Amino acid sequence: MDWASLIEWTVKSLALILALLTGFAYLTLFERKVLARFQVRIGPNRAGPFGLLQPVADGIKLIFKEELIPANADKIIFILAPIITVVPALVIMAVVPFGPPIQLFGRTITLQVADLNVGILYIMAIASISVYGIVLAGWSSNNKYATLGGIRSSAQMISYELALGLAFTGPILLTSSLRLTDIVEAQRNIWFVLYQPVGAFIFWISTLAEVNRAPFDMPEAEQELTAGYHTEYSGMKFALFFMAEYVKMIAVSAIAVTLFFGGYRGPFVDQLPILGPIYFLLKVVGFLFLMVWVRATLPRIRYDRLMAFGWKVLFSLALGNAMLTALGILLADTFQNPLWLWSIPVMTIAFFLLVVYLTRGSIAGGNR
Amino acid sequence: MSVDLVLFGGLALVTVLSALGMLFSRNAVYSALYLIFNFSTVAVFYLLLSAPFIALAQITVYAGAIMVLFLFVIMLLGAEQAGRTQPTWWMQPLALSLAGILILEAVYLIATHRSSFPVLQAAMGDFGNPLQIGELLFSNYLLAFETVALLLLVAVIGAIFLSRGRKARQTQSEAKS
Repeated sequence: MDWASLIEWTVKSLALILALLTGFAYLTLFERKVLARFQVRIGPNRAGPFGLLQPVADGIKLIFKEELIPANADKIIFILAPIITVVPALVIMAVVPFGPPIQLFGRTITLQVADLNVGILYIMAIASISVYGIVLAGWSSNNKYATLGGIRSSAQMISYELALGLAFTGPILLTSSLRLTDIVEAQRNIWFVLYQPVGAFIFWISTLAEVNRAPFDMPEAEQELTAGYHTEYSGMKFALFFMAEYVKMIAVSAIAVTLFFGGYRGPFVDQLPILGPIYFLLKVVGFLFLMVWVRATLPRIRYDRLMAFGWKVLFSLALGNAMLTALGILLADTFQNPLWLWSIPVMTIAFFLLVVYLTRGSIAGGNR
Repeated sequence: MSVDLVLFGGLALVTVLSALGMLFSRNAVYSALYLIFNFSTVAVFYLLLSAPFIALAQITVYAGAIMVLFLFVIMLLGAEQAGRTQPTWWMQPLALSLAGILILEAVYLIATHRSSFPVLQAAMGDFGNPLQIGELLFSNYLLAFETVALLLLVAVIGAIFLSRGRKARQTQSEAKS
């Protein structure tokens, strides 16, 4: 361990955190602008040109707001909960590569904070502890709406984590590695979304549930729970929950891009490595737009249907997808012909249609 | 080596203290939090032994999935305040005698095998590499692996059966009345 690599790691970590925090600030503006366009409005346009200073104004306002702690709240956990929520959101991006290795000052620098050989497991581990912040916030507020929001969120996140974990198996099986750089390099010629259309679909839906975005924003359903787990929070503590949600949006978009959409891969990346981060950023922004689009379009689904969908439809789909992917790879291995890999999308889409047909009553329309 | 030793000492202290905190806190939610903390420090021990796969599996399974369910049940039942009910009379003597046996065994082992314990080793080659673990699981330990898979399948079927059975019983009794 020499000083140069120590400095390199520090700089990379700081750069990532700064990028995520700036990304969070401008993602709020992006969301408000895009939502406004969907609803035929203009959106924030007063602070700075095109409203570009709006996030700064919001930040200053939130810092100067009074912070309340409810009378019978559990003070330690009440203060800890926003921190426990933000930290996993910030560190989950550490294993995601956002560009090919570049040469700088005579050193080869990987554009990634940590190249773990168990990168995907790291993502799953962090995702599984990120639920605690919300649960503890709900419980420590000494407010029944907040507690209900916390309990809802834990049930929802546990349920959708299963489908999420199984959706990871597709790219792992196709690459036979848990390292994210290997997964990106394996998509040099073809994006995994073409082999894994159903896997990418499951992944995306379950990440929407994991980050509590509409139409799965049950923990903060305002008509039923006022504001859910963060009802009692104000000022910067509220801003931390807000920050965690948006940073998680960026993180899951980046992970989805890495696993299914070729990561930083694109035309001419090998000749000009600096194009890598640019492609990566464009793909991530595309996914973020998709998330805002979904929020603007779909109404929140009822809680019992959310659970039924997660367990009866998504989980069985994910199990079948993992099994059929393994079967397709086995076929390709037995016949020594990579063309057999194309049997995976055919089989999984057929299975998808079958599951949709069999469960058509349990999601929409049908009674409980 | 010395850095590892300092890390080990600090971690061991944190682990023991969090375990004690789990035992002695009055509030069940705090107990669960101490336990999560304890599991995470154990995961760091695995990292020190250069076994990242097991470390991250420990966090995902124990600190993540299982403890979320614990917290969920504690909050759902409102069972935060422990100590309202008296423990059964045989529990305390049994626990104390079992703990005594464990401590005696540990003291005996440390006293007799003092010199033969391996020192904390920095890295053991490719040990704990996911590829190796996968190969071992599907060759040497295939029987154990398949047995665990069968056990989990039975557990899943059991869970489905139990929840179904209750619902079916309810509808039956409703139909009778």
